[in-house]
Amino acid sequence: MIKAVNVNKYFYIPEELHALRDVSLEIAAGEVVVVIGPSGSGKSTFLRCLNRLEYADAGHIYMEEKDILDPKCDINKIRAEVGMVFQSFNLFPHMTVLENVVMAQMTVRKRSRKDAEARGMELLGKVGIAEKHGVYPDQLSGGQQQRVAIARSLAMDPKVMLFDEPTSALDPEMVGEVLDVMQNLAREGMTMVVVTHEMGFAREVADRVVFMDAGQVLEVGTPEHFFTSPQHERTKLFLSQIL
Amino acid sequence: MSRYVGLDRPKGPGYFLFWKTVFVVLLLGFMSFVYVASSAVEYVWRWERVPQYFWLQEDVDVRAEVEGELASIRRDADSTVLTITTQGHEQVRRLPAGAEVHLSEGDYVYQGDSIASYHQSKPGVLLDGLWITLKVSLIAIVFGIVLGVATGLCRISVNPALRWAAITYIELIRGSPLLVQIFLWYFVAGTLINGILQGMGLGAMPPLWYGVLALAIFTGAYVAEIVRAGIQSVHRGQMEAARSLGLGYGQAMRKIILPQAFRRILPPLAGQFISLIKDSSLLGVIAVRELTKATREVVSSSLQPFELWILCAVLYLVLTFALSVLIQQLERRALR
Repeated sequence: MIKAVNVNKYFYIPEELHALRDVSLEIAAGEVVVVIGPSGSGKSTFLRCLNRLEYADAGHIYMEEKDILDPKCDINKIRAEVGMVFQSFNLFPHMTVLENVVMAQMTVRKRSRKDAEARGMELLGKVGIAEKHGVYPDQLSGGQQQRVAIARSLAMDPKVMLFDEPTSALDPEMVGEVLDVMQNLAREGMTMVVVTHEMGFAREVADRVVFMDAGQVLEVGTPEHFFTSPQHERTKLFLSQIL
Repeated sequence: MSRYVGLDRPKGPGYFLFWKTVFVVLLLGFMSFVYVASSAVEYVWRWERVPQYFWLQEDVDVRAEVEGELASIRRDADSTVLTITTQGHEQVRRLPAGAEVHLSEGDYVYQGDSIASYHQSKPGVLLDGLWITLKVSLIAIVFGIVLGVATGLCRISVNPALRWAAITYIELIRGSPLLVQIFLWYFVAGTLINGILQGMGLGAMPPLWYGVLALAIFTGAYVAEIVRAGIQSVHRGQMEAARSLGLGYGQAMRKIILPQAFRRILPPLAGQFISLIKDSSLLGVIAVRELTKATREVVSSSLQPFELWILCAVLYLVLTFALSVLIQQLERRALR
């Protein structure tokens, strides 16, 4: 499904930083991969490279055999197949909840308003927020906003969902409702790459856990392996600090 | 129950009463000063003579310009046509439909004879000027918006040709006085353009359009910077979210970024357009008879500078205030 080969990424602002060092990872269809690691380890950067929100400087990233780093590839087409959920929700504040979910379906997928609204309402129902379809995002709680953001991505019928710390900006009592939605999604067989600090989620939902530090993938394994017998010293240190 | 919202200690009721009184006293003081000062220079206020410059009501006495025989009187739906023949040469006078003709066909008239009279009721010089000001400003605002949005988008483009062109345009326009630009448009560009038009057998472009051009291009540069700031004030996550859904740059701009930017830039845009209305007063220098030029003409013929210039200022105030109210309404509606 996704294949990253020796991905390197540099940042030059505010100062030169080798953010990703030869990161390679393969993600199979239907797999849930959770990426963990300390802040600044490059996990979000890696995730953003997967739909080219950041352009990797070297290496290859294949999305279903298509090289997304090839300048000739139609990135808009690929992004439509890859849903993304942000830490700060990024709902469109000038549109109602339903319009948020409908807009891209009509613009990108060229669905009729009727079809798009039907699909939108179905997904809003699925994330448990259908009754709020007419309100604007700033009238919702953080958890509700994030669920709308998930519905907005799902409306494009993506093949992969990327989650960039989806619960980090939420009040603690709202984390659960978002994780529940994600867990249901995983159960339905969605391919997911999740950057998170929620170790409970990683333990229960992940098929594989990836540990990153200083721009490198240090350890990859099943949750069981990870939380019971981590190999790498850095992993042990990290886990000991947060568990 | 205190409605006091300041950060300092609450003010008593006497505080407000006192300072409100001070304000009123200052206002009255200023007005009496103007009155006393104008009396000191023996200025005679004649406000009653002002309305005629607004709406002209007068009886016009039509006098013969040549000597001859009144050959015919024809009345149409919208005019009265008098024909006077002088040694086989015809002179035609066209008067309004309601004109009262004092003579009958076949009468002989001498130069200067009263031949007819009619009542005339039409917009006065000031109202004409106000209309020109309004027209010039509105057209310039529309072109200014189009130009400004286009330039603002070019300004943030990655394409160097577009970006540098936008920067050059903005810096050139913002760095020189509007008055100089108006002269440049009319006397330099105007000469060239009219020369070309005449070469093609077309008539010259009227000065009004050079005025509109100068104002629109001047405003466009400022609007461009406002638009750019507005676009950049929208959180970059909005663009990322839109692009991650598969929208192209143009689609994301149109559907996500610009609508949000537009709400934020309405107040500075209002200020810019109010400036534009006021700046249109410079167009008098290229013979566009807008409000200021019209006032100047009336002042030189009526010798009532005090009333007319005060009136002129009030008329501008009416225009700018109306615009500002209009944009406030728009803003209120756009809040959602």
